[in-house]
Amino acid sequence: MQSIQYLINGISIGAVYAIIALGYTMVYGIAKMLNFAHGDVIMVGAYIAFCVTNYLGLPSFVAVAASVVVCTLLGIVIEGLAYKPLRGTPSLAVLITAIGVSYFLQNAAQLIWSSSPKNFTSVVTMDPITLFDGRLVITGEVLLTVLVSTLVMIGLTLFTGKTRTGKAMRAVSEDRDAAQLMGINVNRTISVTFAIGSALAAVAGVLLCSTVPTLMPTTGSMPGIRAFTAAVFGGIGSIPGAMLGGILLGVIETFSKAYLSTQFSDAIVFCVLIVILLVKPAGLLGKQVQEKV
Amino acid sequence: MKKVFALVLTFAMVLAMFAGCGSSGSADKNTIKIGMTGPLTGGASAYGIAVRGGMQIAVDEINAKGGLQIEFRAEDDEADGADKAVSAYNSLKDWGMQILAGPVTTGSSLAIGAEAVNDKIFMLTPSASAEDVAMLGSNVFQMCFTDPNQGASAADLMAAKWPGATIGVIYDSSDAYSAGVRDGFLDKAADLGLNIAVSDASFTSDNKADLSTQVTQCKDAGCDVVFLPFYYTEASQVLTYANTIGYKPTFFGCDGMDGILTVEGFDTSLAEGLVLMTPFDANATDAATASFVETFKKNNDGLVPNQFAADGYDVIYAIYNACVAAGIDGTTSAADACAKLQAEFAKMSVDGLTGKGMTWDANGMISKAPAAVVIENGIYVPMG
Repeated sequence: MQSIQYLINGISIGAVYAIIALGYTMVYGIAKMLNFAHGDVIMVGAYIAFCVTNYLGLPSFVAVAASVVVCTLLGIVIEGLAYKPLRGTPSLAVLITAIGVSYFLQNAAQLIWSSSPKNFTSVVTMDPITLFDGRLVITGEVLLTVLVSTLVMIGLTLFTGKTRTGKAMRAVSEDRDAAQLMGINVNRTISVTFAIGSALAAVAGVLLCSTVPTLMPTTGSMPGIRAFTAAVFGGIGSIPGAMLGGILLGVIETFSKAYLSTQFSDAIVFCVLIVILLVKPAGLLGKQVQEKV
Repeated sequence: MKKVFALVLTFAMVLAMFAGCGSSGSADKNTIKIGMTGPLTGGASAYGIAVRGGMQIAVDEINAKGGLQIEFRAEDDEADGADKAVSAYNSLKDWGMQILAGPVTTGSSLAIGAEAVNDKIFMLTPSASAEDVAMLGSNVFQMCFTDPNQGASAADLMAAKWPGATIGVIYDSSDAYSAGVRDGFLDKAADLGLNIAVSDASFTSDNKADLSTQVTQCKDAGCDVVFLPFYYTEASQVLTYANTIGYKPTFFGCDGMDGILTVEGFDTSLAEGLVLMTPFDANATDAATASFVETFKKNNDGLVPNQFAADGYDVIYAIYNACVAAGIDGTTSAADACAKLQAEFAKMSVDGLTGKGMTWDANGMISKAPAAVVIENGIYVPMG
């Protein structure tokens, strides 16, 4: 019974990692860059939702919608101002810029919302389901997070597989020059990718803070890094891989905390990661790309 | 032309030399210079700003009284344990600081304290509670409890209040404060024979996003009392999650828990029945506390002072009282002031906002009565 409770806790935090990882993997897969500011867009999304519910007193679905809109715009602006001018420069330059954007967002949030923590009110109003005399508790947040991340994963897979824009994204991902020769607007496609990634970040922010209520300017950074790990674990660039990686990371983390050691839980998680990457360097569901000579 | 230019330049340089003398050479006999460093920006800025606010009130009160005056200057150390802290300290030294009323955080105190010991500058930290800080040297003093002492007091209180209870401990193993309190608590609990069912449910600053496992461990072990020796940010998460899963033990926090009711958006009904050890209660009705709280709110846009602010206030008064008693004035060198203050602190007793009859031992650690409060109807009530 206890282990089932830990499994549920693990899936709960894992599903949050998964939805963040989906944003990372989208942007990496298509724009071929690591957007380290992703975690901070999540934080901005959570703050927007917090402000809409707590200061304007509007219902939570309005808060989610507002935070999606703001984050999408923010994503487009960041991409246009910080990343677009660096198109064609070495990827290291873009990576460093992303770290800069991350610091910028954190410090801007500190100026606007101050560094003192806020407690996010969960968007889920459902009472938790208790089974076996309260020995097993499934909270509404767990159900919502798992549901939303699954839907997002399916949605993204269909989007990149079936729609015109989605196909353009895959083309850009495979060969940017060839895609351009075929008449695909590469810049616009990458901007759209960022817009989608940032909209996902807003949803992830709301779900993250519903599960873990503390909201601070640094709230997004650590889950962001873990989710990035999850994305690598599952195979970066692969949409189902991000989902799988996120859930597995959450479950392994929770079980090692519960049964092995809370102190060494991170060490255990990352050891598992190293072993898997040694066996499968492209990650669990990653494609092994043959380098043509 | 060149000669005129050189002459002007020389003249300017001579002037500049005198300008330098003006600020540090001709010290006003009636004014002592007290410097403070703390995080005024960054993630820990809430503490530094509170301490600075508390100190400023004490300085204003003293200066309004006449007699010995205080010139006070605060520098930002960003709670950094290395070069930023030391450069904040150095700029205070350049300014002519005689006495250091800081730093606020343990990391900065360890870095700056080492310098202060070398320079023989008297240092009284309001809130750096690690034992290592007091052990740096004989001129380093603390206004707050050391961490192990606080843990031991918590064990005493629990033994008196809930004999035979099953106790769980969750702590932050990456934080010296949290680990120090926990170690002191476990040592004392072993002496007292307390029933500790969970002692190693820990988290680190990297994985504190999810504390559900630690809470579940305490729930499964059937703990009636859960000791939370860490800051209110994480504690609010523990309380929220425990409520979600319907787990209702008595939660027991330390001074880092102070502030839990001020977390924006936090449902304060979850904190009902929470016990915390804090030397300062902003709702206390004595005249000194009431006037301090009122002034602090007026100066800080309605912000209610926490114990950091009160510690800062007490630090300035302790230094001021000792300076008056030892005859220190604006012309006393920092090293002389240090020797005199050390002698004075060894024998004096101070009444302040954070305790009555506070004294210091040879290591510079404070001795005062621990106090615990219970949160009832959203306010602190002294624990009976």
